[in-house]
Amino acid sequence: MVIDDKMIDYIGELARLRLKDEERENAKNEMNKIIDYMDILNQLDTTGIEAMSHAFPVKNVFREDIVEPSKDRQDILFNAPNKKDGAFKVPKTFE
Amino acid sequence: MDLSKLTALEAGKLIKNKEISVAEITKAALENIEKTDGCYNAFVSVCHDEAMKQADMVQKGIDDGTLTSPLAGVPMAVKDNMCTKGILTTAASKILTGFRPFYNSTAVEKLENAGAILLGKLNMDEFAMGSTTETSFYGPTINPWGENRVPGGSSGGSAVAVATDQAYFTLGSDTGGSIRQPASFCGVTGIKPTYGTVSRYGLLAYASSLDQIGPIGKTVEDVAEVLSAISGHDSKDSTSVNQESLKFNLENNVKGKRIGIPLDYFGKGLDTDVKARVLEAAKKLESMGAVVEEFNMPELEYAIPTYYIIACAEASSNLSRYDGVKYGYSSPNFEDLTDLYYNSRSEGFGMEVKRRIMIGAFVLSSGYYDAYYKKALMVKALIKQSFDRAFDKYDAILSPTAPTTALKIGENLNDPLKMYLGDIYTVSVNLAGLPSIVVPCGFDREGLPVGLQITGKAFSENTLMNVAYSFQQETDFHLKKPVIKTGKEA
Amino acid sequence: MEFLTTMGLEVHCELSTKTKIFCSCTTEFGGEPNTHVCEVCTGMPGSLPVLNKQVVEYAIRTGLATNCTITQYNKFDRKNYFYPDLPKAYQVSQLYLPICQNGHIDIEVNGVKKSIRIKEIHMEEDAGKLIHDPWDDCTLVDYNRCGVPLLEIVSEPDFESGDEVIAYLTKLKSILQYIDVSDCKMEQGSLRADVNLSVRPVGQTELGTRTEMKNINSFKAIARAIEGERKRQIEVIEDGKRVIQETRRWDDNKGASFAMRSKENAQDYRYFPEPDLVPIEISDEWIDDVRKSLPELPSQKKERYLSEYGLPEYDVDIITGSKYLVKIFEEALNVCGEAKEVSNWIMGEVLRLASDTGTEFEDIKFNPENLGRLIVILKNKVINRGTAKEVFEKMFTENIEPEQYIKENGLEMVNDDSAVLAVVKTVIEANPKAVAEYKGGSAKVKGFIVGQCMKQLKGKADPGTVNKIIAEELEKL
Repeated sequence: MVIDDKMIDYIGELARLRLKDEERENAKNEMNKIIDYMDILNQLDTTGIEAMSHAFPVKNVFREDIVEPSKDRQDILFNAPNKKDGAFKVPKTFE
Repeated sequence: MDLSKLTALEAGKLIKNKEISVAEITKAALENIEKTDGCYNAFVSVCHDEAMKQADMVQKGIDDGTLTSPLAGVPMAVKDNMCTKGILTTAASKILTGFRPFYNSTAVEKLENAGAILLGKLNMDEFAMGSTTETSFYGPTINPWGENRVPGGSSGGSAVAVATDQAYFTLGSDTGGSIRQPASFCGVTGIKPTYGTVSRYGLLAYASSLDQIGPIGKTVEDVAEVLSAISGHDSKDSTSVNQESLKFNLENNVKGKRIGIPLDYFGKGLDTDVKARVLEAAKKLESMGAVVEEFNMPELEYAIPTYYIIACAEASSNLSRYDGVKYGYSSPNFEDLTDLYYNSRSEGFGMEVKRRIMIGAFVLSSGYYDAYYKKALMVKALIKQSFDRAFDKYDAILSPTAPTTALKIGENLNDPLKMYLGDIYTVSVNLAGLPSIVVPCGFDREGLPVGLQITGKAFSENTLMNVAYSFQQETDFHLKKPVIKTGKEA
Repeated sequence: MEFLTTMGLEVHCELSTKTKIFCSCTTEFGGEPNTHVCEVCTGMPGSLPVLNKQVVEYAIRTGLATNCTITQYNKFDRKNYFYPDLPKAYQVSQLYLPICQNGHIDIEVNGVKKSIRIKEIHMEEDAGKLIHDPWDDCTLVDYNRCGVPLLEIVSEPDFESGDEVIAYLTKLKSILQYIDVSDCKMEQGSLRADVNLSVRPVGQTELGTRTEMKNINSFKAIARAIEGERKRQIEVIEDGKRVIQETRRWDDNKGASFAMRSKENAQDYRYFPEPDLVPIEISDEWIDDVRKSLPELPSQKKERYLSEYGLPEYDVDIITGSKYLVKIFEEALNVCGEAKEVSNWIMGEVLRLASDTGTEFEDIKFNPENLGRLIVILKNKVINRGTAKEVFEKMFTENIEPEQYIKENGLEMVNDDSAVLAVVKTVIEANPKAVAEYKGGSAKVKGFIVGQCMKQLKGKADPGTVNKIIAEELEKL
């Protein structure tokens, strides 16, 4: 039982997700089942194996430092639920 | 003539020969969707006006000789996780309510440049997370082959739109089998190309290191033509492979092709009918001159946990940007910024998406990273090595696509782990970045389609297409059609 | 109780590339909100990053200039956290394999030399800007700065005083400017420092609990923040309490630091390799090419100035401390060939005028070649030193051409000895009393006579010539 009440609250905080009570119990159970299942990886000896984040050895993909026109502000803000003075608007936030 | 029964290439030829106008075929396709989609729910949105407008433009291009692609004027549709300029793009999630991007995904852009007509956006599991197209905010898509059957997922809409002749071809995306498994469940042809073959630019990311766009169509020829149109290097995607777009020269010839059958893929849990159809397909290819051999691939059982750890980890990060501030759903209930984040996300995402985000946050969190995420990256390396060894010996690997045929609606929805286990034959292909094509190879006892999965080494699309094409030349499974219903409800 | 202070520094430096790190939007400072943005730097769904090669080039340059080892296989990672200035809710940065590692910068404080170790330098993207809107009591988000390339230069905890920190920052800033990777304009936020600070009683070996103060953006504020936080921690300990490990915000107006809310302190960034970018492999040849293209660094310049020109060490330190003073020195020297003279002008008039007018070195406008020409003009006795200073002041404020200005204002010296003689004669005649005193042995009076002559000559004569003729004339009497 890796996912206890404390852990599910902690993950919820990291992911900015708040589950309703019944969702939460269910999520806990299902996640424990899934994570228990994932533990079969421990049967495999991976000593000396390099962690592989990219399947192919592609490297050094670059762009030249040449300016291109930015996008229209109207387009950038088109989908914003709240905007003001050409900016995205959010509740008061301290920096 | 029932236009909808044509293949994409047949339709393209009629258009080119001026036997039919682009507007006519587009209008017919839109009417067909109108008539049938109440039964299938393959579309999230249909862009009627845009399609007709585009049809006129494409017709001009064809008439003045600037549009020469065999796909010019052919109506198609794309999965709703690909950005379409000015057209609703939701990934079937409430959290992207109303989202209209101002840019096209590269794959869509390339098809539009070839003159294909976009009919609309296709239903899918929310953010491509699921294997049944039941997690869509817009309700499940229905498989035309059986009562109350799921079409598979996550590209369920893409497979059904082809199976029901609503679109001549479609685009899907495949992170762990999301093109191949619905193609198998719906009796159509689909390919997941080598990672990096098709640009991911404009594809709403689920798991960036595994996602790949690919076509679904009625025949291997159609799928090859579409893949050729959407492939090729894209400077906007750093993981796009630096190669020309693919060109296929299909011929019916598998003589001397070495084909491996991984025994581990035929063990416990595999439906007997599915097993029988796939082994029959192997026999068929053998009879056509291929050299078929059995071998072992014991890493198979580790593929699912490895896949879910990596995919969920990336998803938890990729989906963090949906927070109610810049686009999409924004909760009206908030007192402060933290509230806005929590409520927009908790109200905007469905349960399966939340579950995967939380698993992802867990496997990356302090204290668990090495045990889960890093371990998974190491096992991924082992799985890749295992495929490398297999491809030293074989040109292609034959396997089932899924342990069963199409499930009943709701069957696995409340048992996520059981649903995950259904991905056993498809996910390792994504982990290793390989190309893999699915073609229909028969039916089970209930008349549901079975798909044959043919996997090759990286960049061997040509070989795969040829094996699949040869198989279709000698079989007629891909020509079988379900009874297509019309009306409002299934 | 006596306390020791230990500090480490994380310096964020905005690179002076033309475009952002992962898209082709301009990095230009300012602009109307959200006008220097695209789908990539605002993290729109489906957008993907492509790395600006110049960023890698600049990072290698910085690594070499700070004696780092270049990590020849390096990668980007994602740092995940929610904040409205971060549109993807992750920052693309480098954790596991940063591009530069294990370097050092040598500093000198009150004659004591010290080497500050650099743990690593990594590349990352800057965040956007939050603007408080007092009318609606809300926050507005501007993504123009989002995606501007940053280097984060992380030191080891090697600092023991505020003076060391300032010396290090001064040196670092001058290096970054020398190698042309950043303009380091602190007031525009292109150089920002986070200070990690802990105190411990003398005699205690293990370090105390540290706090971090973020984004302090002037040297003076940093000095104040260090002093303020040091005092605060000592007071906490002397009160018998414990210092809490936390991030604090230095409020320079209030002269105090404040703990940031505890929620923002719960940091689990869930770093993992960025799947949208591919690894960077830097070959030996690439490193060599960058090395060859590096300009002479401050320490190398200093050595050369000392040995080649024999200038005083103090002067050399000041001049080589700024890329802009070096530019003045070298360009003026190129014209006149008088190293000592150029150095004296810089140490005297340039510094004085910069300070009087509140001009930063980088904003000095005059053409350094004109200083060289002015020195030549002075050497040729076309004008005298007093006039030269006047001309220079005009050059400094208005960037005038010295020759033209001298001509237009008739400032050339009277080089005609007979004209000088005539004036001397007139003055002697007009001042019999003074001449008598001189004859009586009062040498002081000579100065008065020289002054009177120079006054009549409007200062435009060579004082040596005037002196010589006066002496001759007085002898004759």
